[in-house]
Amino acid sequence: MIRAGTGPTRKGTDLETRKKAVEIRQVSKMFGTFQALETVSFDIYDNEFFTLLGPSGCGKTTLLRMIAGFEEPSTGQIVLHGNDIQALPPHKRRVNTVFQNYALFPHMTLEQNIAYALENLGWPKEMIRARVAEMLDLVHMSKFARRKPQQLSGGQRQRIALARALAPEPEVLLLDEPLSALDLKLRQAMREELRALQRQTGLTFVFVTHDQEEALDMSDRICVLGDGRIQQLGTPREVYEDPSNRFVAHFIGETNFFDVDVLSVEGDMARVRTPLGLDLTASQKHVAADQSRATLSLRPEKIGLEEQATGEILTGTVTSTNYLGGYTYYVIRVGEADIRVSRRNAMSHVPSLAEGATVRLGFLPESARVLGQ
Amino acid sequence: MRDFRFWGLLPAHVLMALTLIVPILIIVAVSFSTRGAYGGFEFTFTTDAYRQILFNEGWTGELEFNPQYLYIIGRTVLLACCTTFLCMALAFPIAYWITLQGHKARVILLFAVTLPFWVSMIVRVYAWLIILGNDGVIEKGLRLTGLVDDLPSLLFNNGAMLAGMVYSYIPLMILPVFASIEKLDPALIEASHDLHGSRWVTLRRIILPLCWPGLVAGAILVFVPCLGAVLEPVLLGGGKILMMGNLIQMQFGGARNWPFGASIAIVLMCLVMVFLLLNGLRATRKAMEEMA
Repeated sequence: MIRAGTGPTRKGTDLETRKKAVEIRQVSKMFGTFQALETVSFDIYDNEFFTLLGPSGCGKTTLLRMIAGFEEPSTGQIVLHGNDIQALPPHKRRVNTVFQNYALFPHMTLEQNIAYALENLGWPKEMIRARVAEMLDLVHMSKFARRKPQQLSGGQRQRIALARALAPEPEVLLLDEPLSALDLKLRQAMREELRALQRQTGLTFVFVTHDQEEALDMSDRICVLGDGRIQQLGTPREVYEDPSNRFVAHFIGETNFFDVDVLSVEGDMARVRTPLGLDLTASQKHVAADQSRATLSLRPEKIGLEEQATGEILTGTVTSTNYLGGYTYYVIRVGEADIRVSRRNAMSHVPSLAEGATVRLGFLPESARVLGQ
Repeated sequence: MRDFRFWGLLPAHVLMALTLIVPILIIVAVSFSTRGAYGGFEFTFTTDAYRQILFNEGWTGELEFNPQYLYIIGRTVLLACCTTFLCMALAFPIAYWITLQGHKARVILLFAVTLPFWVSMIVRVYAWLIILGNDGVIEKGLRLTGLVDDLPSLLFNNGAMLAGMVYSYIPLMILPVFASIEKLDPALIEASHDLHGSRWVTLRRIILPLCWPGLVAGAILVFVPCLGAVLEPVLLGGGKILMMGNLIQMQFGGARNWPFGASIAIVLMCLVMVFLLLNGLRATRKAMEEMA
């Protein structure tokens, strides 16, 4: 059943009052002697678009496969809506997966593909027929019901894979890098569709990707995984604006790093000394109490050039310019450091700065972040 | 370029003509000839040889229906069907198991499957005489357990013949089935489990249909030589049960009725062609469906 628009309001809802859809409790995974996933625990809430983000080999797919039942956790348990599903084989779990390369059955028509799960669940014939029609309609593929998967384009296959996974009314929908096989334009269009579909169905989506932009665009919350550990779990804004450590700041978006000495920490602010000999009071959320060394992260878009330079002012030489249409990226040498700066082209009616030019650059100290370890 | 194609392929064409087409034409000619007084044949056109498959000539020259040879043809087809079916049933799990092994083990196992081909067919069939025969491995083994005292002979019956046939032809089934299973995308099997398909449902609705081309290819490879099998019926079946292959051999040998032997050979060839044609039609129909 599609509960379009009847789900609880999405954003701004207090997470604690929402029902837990999936609980990952003390789960770890070893492959032989290789630790694919260190012990992790977190909850995924009902109605949430939850993303597991990380580079390849970070353990995100392993985690997804453990929820689906294709891998067994080495320790810990996975709970689905309050029930421990550890002992259930994949075909008895009320979760369905959209596979990376869709894995549509080539010998079946699209209708048969979608009906497959329903037949296995023993639905009556008329209900199956109605549900298949409903699903085809949902993904705008009704015209193609009798086609075989080989006769579809990538985007169409993607939609059918979605319809097939949604048909048996899973409690949670798992998506394993579903957009990675599509070309750029289609990928962007499918992002919109996926998000709309999630709102429309009110279903919990667990989405695996290595594409940070995708994650920022679609997720309610992002779990950033690296080296088999959770690096940070938070909303897209939190992980971008307040990355917990160097890994997260580096993986999500562009940034400039400076090794700094921590002088003092007071609430959300930390006083640090930069290698340029500058003392700054920057924002912090994740610095430990006894931390003396830290990384300062300064996003390229938070730095103003020339007439937009405010706050702390530095002078440097432009060493390279990259014109990217909407933006121009500059690398500016200040003392011993190369600082990357991006400038929106619409905002500056001046032509690109020439390489070799001496420029003023400035940033507000509170827009710089002191990272934890 | 055209020239090269003509001259390049000429040896192959000549070889085909000399070793395939000419002999078949000779057999056709013999089948329409009259039996020679001392074996061989005399070429005076007659269809007697074919008539003999269905009718006996009575004392007074009248024809009476004789189903004896039809039985032999039917029995041969039945044996070929049973062998093919058993080969399928056994080869599928074996091939599946091989695909699950590591790369190195796979190469070794596939080599082991083809190993019997390196040994003469007669030797291999004789090996079964030793296994099944009096004081053979099985009989001795059973007697050692003390459970069975008096065994009926394991040799010279339909079972022994079937065992020998399956043994001889199963590699021809395992190889194409292995190839088709190996091509199977493991994600499809996971997808089936994910979509609430149990192991059995996954096997029946996903794995078997997708491996079907391999099974069909294997079935043809097994079925066709089974129709003409000679050794197994003689050595393991004891020669008591006649198959088409034996019948043909007898006509050219002891019975000295070449035209009759040739006519049965032609019938056998037609049978094979009918089965291949049916399969071809099926494949074409399927291809048409895919196109539509």
